[in-house]
Amino acid sequence: MSETVLSVQNIKRDYHVSGGLFSKARTVHAVKGVSFSVEKGKTLAIVGESGCGKSTLARIITLIDAPTSGSLQIDGQTVDIAQNGLTSDLRRKVQIVFQNPYGSLNPRQKIGDVLGEPLKINTDTPASERRDRAMAMLKKVGLSEEHFNRYPHMFSGGQRQRIAIARALMLNPKLLVLDEPVSALDLSVQAQVLNLLADLQDEFQLTYVFISHDLSVVRYIADEVMVMYFGEAVEYGTRDEVFANPKHSYTQTLFAATPRADVESIRARVAKKRAAA
Amino acid sequence: MPLLAIKNLSVSFLTSTGPFMAVNGIDITVDAREVLAIVGESGSGKSVSMLAVMGLLPDSATVKADSMVFDGIDLLRLEPKERRRIIGRDVAMIFQEPMASLNPCFTVGFQIEEVLRVHMNMDRSQRRKRAIELLTAVGIPDPADRLKSYPHQMSGGQCQRVMIAIAIACNPKLLIADEPTTALDVTIQKQILDLLVGLQQEHGMGMIMITHNMGVVAETADRVVVQYKGRKMEEADVLSLFENPQSNYTKALLAALPENATGDRLPTVGDYQMEVEDSTAVKTPPLEAPL
Repeated sequence: MSETVLSVQNIKRDYHVSGGLFSKARTVHAVKGVSFSVEKGKTLAIVGESGCGKSTLARIITLIDAPTSGSLQIDGQTVDIAQNGLTSDLRRKVQIVFQNPYGSLNPRQKIGDVLGEPLKINTDTPASERRDRAMAMLKKVGLSEEHFNRYPHMFSGGQRQRIAIARALMLNPKLLVLDEPVSALDLSVQAQVLNLLADLQDEFQLTYVFISHDLSVVRYIADEVMVMYFGEAVEYGTRDEVFANPKHSYTQTLFAATPRADVESIRARVAKKRAAA
Repeated sequence: MPLLAIKNLSVSFLTSTGPFMAVNGIDITVDAREVLAIVGESGSGKSVSMLAVMGLLPDSATVKADSMVFDGIDLLRLEPKERRRIIGRDVAMIFQEPMASLNPCFTVGFQIEEVLRVHMNMDRSQRRKRAIELLTAVGIPDPADRLKSYPHQMSGGQCQRVMIAIAIACNPKLLIADEPTTALDVTIQKQILDLLVGLQQEHGMGMIMITHNMGVVAETADRVVVQYKGRKMEEADVLSLFENPQSNYTKALLAALPENATGDRLPTVGDYQMEVEDSTAVKTPPLEAPL
């Protein structure tokens, strides 16, 4: 039986930019009416260029920002943080992993404390249990006990992203928002982190909203794909539909721009260059 | 004769735990009119070896090489003053972060004209004319107006175009591009790569493309050098590298591409036996955080 974890109807978000000495106040429509839903254990990928509103959408889903209009249901429950505020109950359901693992960890906090903090803030777990659970989570994401008392600067980018994922999972969330989690990582490390995400999804039946601009990663990880362009969802469907038959011209541009690394296209390019020379 | 021939280049940095070998005995050659890609993950020494060519490494670095011949001149035997005449004019470099590599305090026009003032014997009006020409060549609309813009008034892709304009200002023989598109969107990446390859062919430059993106390699390179932990793992023309990779590291890199995924899991570099581990019995001090 499938169960809808996240459902979003006609979400809009405007930002008001106050005028300066020479400019008038204006309104930026960052997200212009987007609707979608994600079922439990599935991955929705949101694709688009910088400035298309995908990170704004991530902030709304993660309950950091309130939408200007539209409604949001998480786990069957209607959520309106502008009206009712954010409860720790809600915070336990949704967590986020940010793009830059160098910026998202406090350099003065030891890894053990990084992992314990979500529990400390949102639950009344005793310190000893927090420690045990942090230790267990550290192993789950492929790090070991000796890393518990280290600081973020002592880790590589891939390891830091593992820590950020571990922190997000400390509260056993249902929904995990991943805002470009692998775009700052090398290819080989990217593969490790993608594998980890797939394993964790299987184990905990996690639901992912995966934000990315890398179509090859999206094709690998997503069940459903939504393409955003200037704040609007221009394409939304299952992965195979979108990849097999992109309808909107922007999606087609995106596909055409993605570098192709298969032998046939390299052969074609080399032959073309020879002919030109 | 190759345009650039480096033999046995080693770069080591002084660290608190002793010398660290960032580049360990690498040979690189580039011919005129050729695009060479250097691929590797972060820490593989791909940028450092090119910074050594440019002479841009900090004092804590020791550069050793049997020879580093550019266009018939051994760069290592040059006086710094003579070397500066070549660097920036005949060899130019583009960096990864376009926003960070332009000076925010000066207009784009000033920064393009600065190169021309230093390296070319041009008067003010010639410089201005050439700057407009360059901005047109890199595809910036309204070039005459844009000369007055500051970097923060332009997008990332446009800043990278300005960087390219600065790099090709003196018609260099060799252009080194260090991850020129990593910070950019795919659609902009495509435009910048097309622009670079177009300029390279038009001007008959040699080009070195440093990248960790196998897609970029596949789209631009004639020949590829794969680097790992400061050593050269493999060198091949682009087609044979993708068709029939020789070293285990290259195989691992290609297998880690999500589009080549066959099963549920992506193979990672750790799944492959790495021949480099045996050969680096040489002192590479342990890193603080082993992967």
